[in-house]
Amino acid sequence: MTLVHTSVPALAVPPRDAPLEPWQRPVAIDVERLNFFYGAKRALEDISVRISSHLVTAFIGPSGCGKSTFLRTLNRMNDIIPGTRVEGKVLIEGRDIYAPGTDVVALRRRVGMVFQKSNPFPKTIFENVAYGVRINGLTRSRAELEERVEESLQSAAIWDEVKDRLHDSALALSGGQQQRLCIARALAIRPEILLMDEPASALDPIATQRIEELIYSLKSSYTIVIVTHNMQQAARVSDRTAFFWLGRLIEYGATDRIFTNPAEKLTEDYVTGRFG
Amino acid sequence: MAPPRLNTRGDEVLFRAGTGTFALLLIAIVGAIALALYEGSRLSIQAFGWQFWRTDTWDPVVGQFGARPFIWGTLYSSILALIISTPVALGIAIYISELAPEALRRPLVFVTELLAAIPSIVYGLWGIFVLVPFVRGLQVATPEWLRGVPLFEGPPLGVGMLSAALILSIMVIPFSSSVAREVLKAVPQSQREGAYALGATRWEAIRMALFYARTGIVGAVMLGFGRALGETMAVTMVIGNSPNISLSLYAPQYTMAAVLANEFAEATDDLYLNALVEIGLVLFAITLVINVISRTFIWSMDRQRRPRLVRTAAMRAGA
Ligand SMILES: Nc1ncnc2c1ncn2[C@@H]1O[C@H](COP(=O)(O)OP(=O)(O)OP(=O)(O)O)[C@@H](O)[C@H]1O
Ligand SMILES: [Mg+2]
Repeated sequence: MTLVHTSVPALAVPPRDAPLEPWQRPVAIDVERLNFFYGAKRALEDISVRISSHLVTAFIGPSGCGKSTFLRTLNRMNDIIPGTRVEGKVLIEGRDIYAPGTDVVALRRRVGMVFQKSNPFPKTIFENVAYGVRINGLTRSRAELEERVEESLQSAAIWDEVKDRLHDSALALSGGQQQRLCIARALAIRPEILLMDEPASALDPIATQRIEELIYSLKSSYTIVIVTHNMQQAARVSDRTAFFWLGRLIEYGATDRIFTNPAEKLTEDYVTGRFG
Repeated sequence: MAPPRLNTRGDEVLFRAGTGTFALLLIAIVGAIALALYEGSRLSIQAFGWQFWRTDTWDPVVGQFGARPFIWGTLYSSILALIISTPVALGIAIYISELAPEALRRPLVFVTELLAAIPSIVYGLWGIFVLVPFVRGLQVATPEWLRGVPLFEGPPLGVGMLSAALILSIMVIPFSSSVAREVLKAVPQSQREGAYALGATRWEAIRMALFYARTGIVGAVMLGFGRALGETMAVTMVIGNSPNISLSLYAPQYTMAAVLANEFAEATDDLYLNALVEIGLVLFAITLVINVISRTFIWSMDRQRRPRLVRTAAMRAGA
């Protein structure tokens, strides 16, 4: 089997504290020296990282270290917060998403997002999933749309629970079901990359387990980046882990290694629960 | 430990009793108003019965009183005002809460709030000196072929339904737009973000926020309608005060509030006075009905959210 080595040339700026490992997969997102500002406050400092495609990458770190901020720079969700500023590059398929003239709507269609608190629209289950498909004009007929909705609900492992009540309000679903519905909604527009910001933090252990299984099953089709506060969860679901601290990327590498043999003292302290 | 707890209890009992009393008092006041209006209009109710609602003659000299033109004028002017003001008020609310740069928001809010503080009579004066001549200009410039349409029939007087509807719209806009603005502000940012994350454009994200806020927006519009129904002074000054039932925007007409304001002081004989009070009763009843209808409407839109509430309540009861 040909091991897929990184075909990209060496980085102009080597990623800080994150040596490229030899088995690095094809790169889905290549971040170069990213700085992010809320007004005058710098929330992210010189982040460089290569996120491999078709793997699950976990972002961990103490509260306020900039995990969400970083995640949101990857689909330009921070654009809608006034007074923010970005420096550096985020390359997706070799193109800088912050280059002038980038079609942000098209970008967000390729880079889907699931939020910490599930945020279904106050519409029916069907309409929630159909929304993104509709506004982007992705299907031609009602039949095609229905097919797409069913397929997405199935991928999100919620179809069986909702197939008889597609036209009921999404708000009547349980918290865990709502979150899976939001995942289905994100999958319906067939993104290449899926960003998840603590998707299970508001859920009970059983619902959390379902989401984790779901992430596992989605990884063959999507590049997944997940923010989590839960160390076990990161260890369970991810292939790569990035540890953030005070707006900086401290360490990045294979999840096993980060948890068993971290190179940095800070990482070790964090993953062993000595702080944070 | 014990005394503070006792204290809070005492406070709570007092608080409940106090607020409860005020709530009851409010209901009692509404009832008392209805009763007083009924008492005050008994003669006219006995003399005309339902005919009062259905006939058009308003002639104090011969003692014939029918309220239909006034009911018509009030409803027609208010509905027109609703049609004109709703898009403008929504536009202002959307601009301020979703589009305007931060620095512009406060001044804009201040200006709309200021509009709400201008006394009715001042609007009326402005109406007479600015709006009515402007409307007359419009009427004079109406092309011949349009004048055949029932909406635009009649001589160019300036005063009339159009002037009344316009001035009502202007007076209602600050209220409905500020409620709509508050309602939009209450839409969680996560709803907009959810739409953006699915590839929504800015306009699509705003539409999602509007959809989320639809119940409150209907409430905002209804509030404006309620205000338009009872508005008196400014309308009296520009509507032409002539009891007609006409579709024409150019025709001088009359409203219930206006006839009360104009004729109450001159009403000498008892039947005349009773007829006027009955108009007050009708206005009261219509406002009540409109409110009930709007509540039902809002409530029925709210139903979408109910299953969740019922569930949590049931869960709590079970636990
Ligand atoms: N909208 C904002 N305006 C100003 N500062 C912000 C904003 N959002 C986040 N910050 C700041 O940026 C820093 C990083 O926040 P961020 O939300 O990215 O942290 P996080 O790692 O996701 O934390 P948590 O684990 O608690 O979610 C924090 O110091 C936070 O206070
Ligand atoms: Mg966060």
